[in-house]
Amino acid sequence: METHSKTEKTGNPIWENVVIARAQDRPTALDYTQRLFTNFVELHGDRGFRDDPSIVSGIAGFEDRTVAVIGHQKGKSFKDRVSRNFGMPHPEGYRKALRIMRLAERFKMPIVTFIDTPGAFPGIEAEERGQIEAVARNIMEMFQIKVPIISFVIGEGGSGGALAIGVGDRVYMLENSIYSVISPEACAAILWEDAGRAPEAAQSLNITASDLLRLKIVDGMVEEPPGGVQKDFSVVVSRIKLILSRDFEILSRKSVEELLSERYEKFRKMGPYKEGTTKTT
Amino acid sequence: MGWLSRSHSKEKTSEKKIPEVQEVERKVRIPEGLWIKCHLCRQIVYRKEVEKAGKVCPKCNYHFPITIDERIAQLADPDSFVEFAGNIEPLDPLKFTDSMRYPERVRLAQKKTGLTEALRIGVCRINGRMAVLGVFSFGFMGGSMGSVVGEKVVRAAERALELKIPLILVTASGGARMQEGIFSLMQMARTSAAISRLHENAVPFFSVLTDPTFGGVSASFAMLGDVILAEPRSLIGFAGPRVIEQTIKQQLPEGFQRAEFLLSHGFLDMVVERGKLRETLSLLICHFRQSGTSRCHSEGDPEGEAPVRD
Ligand SMILES: [Zn+2]
Repeated sequence: METHSKTEKTGNPIWENVVIARAQDRPTALDYTQRLFTNFVELHGDRGFRDDPSIVSGIAGFEDRTVAVIGHQKGKSFKDRVSRNFGMPHPEGYRKALRIMRLAERFKMPIVTFIDTPGAFPGIEAEERGQIEAVARNIMEMFQIKVPIISFVIGEGGSGGALAIGVGDRVYMLENSIYSVISPEACAAILWEDAGRAPEAAQSLNITASDLLRLKIVDGMVEEPPGGVQKDFSVVVSRIKLILSRDFEILSRKSVEELLSERYEKFRKMGPYKEGTTKTT
Repeated sequence: MGWLSRSHSKEKTSEKKIPEVQEVERKVRIPEGLWIKCHLCRQIVYRKEVEKAGKVCPKCNYHFPITIDERIAQLADPDSFVEFAGNIEPLDPLKFTDSMRYPERVRLAQKKTGLTEALRIGVCRINGRMAVLGVFSFGFMGGSMGSVVGEKVVRAAERALELKIPLILVTASGGARMQEGIFSLMQMARTSAAISRLHENAVPFFSVLTDPTFGGVSASFAMLGDVILAEPRSLIGFAGPRVIEQTIKQQLPEGFQRAEFLLSHGFLDMVVERGKLRETLSLLICHFRQSGTSRCHSEGDPEGEAPVRD
């Protein structure tokens, strides 16, 4: 759906980052699920319309806990990618995610989410079935879920479609992943009417893991081996295991009130402004 | 995601697809003169008649865009609106530069509109009953939501919670403010979190969507109203029509993403004409205040406030 021209020849390190984040051989949410957890049981469907394969979900074991797992799924082979709509969910995908989150809450399972989407799908049916309502509801209800939520941006964090499973008590980014309010191509198309200038837009937007760490939007960055996570998946998996182990321990000791008010305050702070320089009205 | 493209591209491109929306930018106010041309039916109509109807075309019911002040005048009791948080202004956390530095873009918008930001919030009375009212200006950088707009939505919700009075937000927005990058995305989280607290404490939130409401605004607090209203024909959606057309390479059906379309698909409670908006909100405020009993139609008011008109 977007122009992926000007990929290798830019010499722009941020653009190389974007290319790695989107690489087809980059591990998907299901890859992480297989390697991090045991006895994964995939659960399907939003109980309203259909099962959206752009989002996968289920329950699995991690150490001595049962956890709920939710992730965007881009797919592997071309056929798989098409059937998963390249990881761009329809509203029912978000509703499935919310169903699993509420289920996890009921049975006191912490939640792990894997973010990897170009964005929620812009299409006629998606609008008809209430993309805006589904995204909004997920974001809001994630502030009410009474179990710990830990999120990892593993590839592309595309706008509201990413945030709709991204309101975590802890949010981490893989070193080469990106997280943005708008795709660099769409941003460039708006600014200069030239999607080819996406590398420049990527720079302006501050979308890399180190940018978001510096801006205090995410809590940490998971280092990747040179060339990207696919070069040595095991080392990245063990780093994530350590994070999950530590965070589950810390977060599970908090009362529900603490957990929810800290989640609120964490996001409440995100948005700098100046006050008091001009008069009111 | 490209749901911003429509609102922001208007400043730069001559390619226009939605007549109403382009007009919003070009003439936020109806120009002086006895007669004006309706944006929708293209008929020449008497200006006074349009003004008297709250800027609605007498021939085709087209709702012209109106300013924040006009909206407040239509909804709030005379002189009852007291603004708060009017002195917060954007920073430039990303040092964002396109053809112009972001602070300059903000200053230009301020000069053009006379506003400090795309949203004004205040406490007011509607038919005597208090409410927190927030109104967006599409004329201010496409009504886009950056940190200041997000902060104001949060403060409006927090004030409503503190005073236990309803929150009313009248939106008109192209979505997130690109120049604030990831911070603008996070406003979807902050604002939705604030609305969540209203829900948990049973403080009513009435969301009024006007033309247009998209992206980061529609996909967050705007769709979280206890009651969601919209003005007729307002364009409301996630992705802008142009982005969808480019993605699916086909023409969009007639009436797609209009308020009436959303109503029929179950995403709005009602489509309300501008002339009926004040009394509709007033009635809602009354119903939601008196949980269990319905005294909204009685003559006297238990708290000595003005009764609701029919
Ligand atoms: Zn007309």
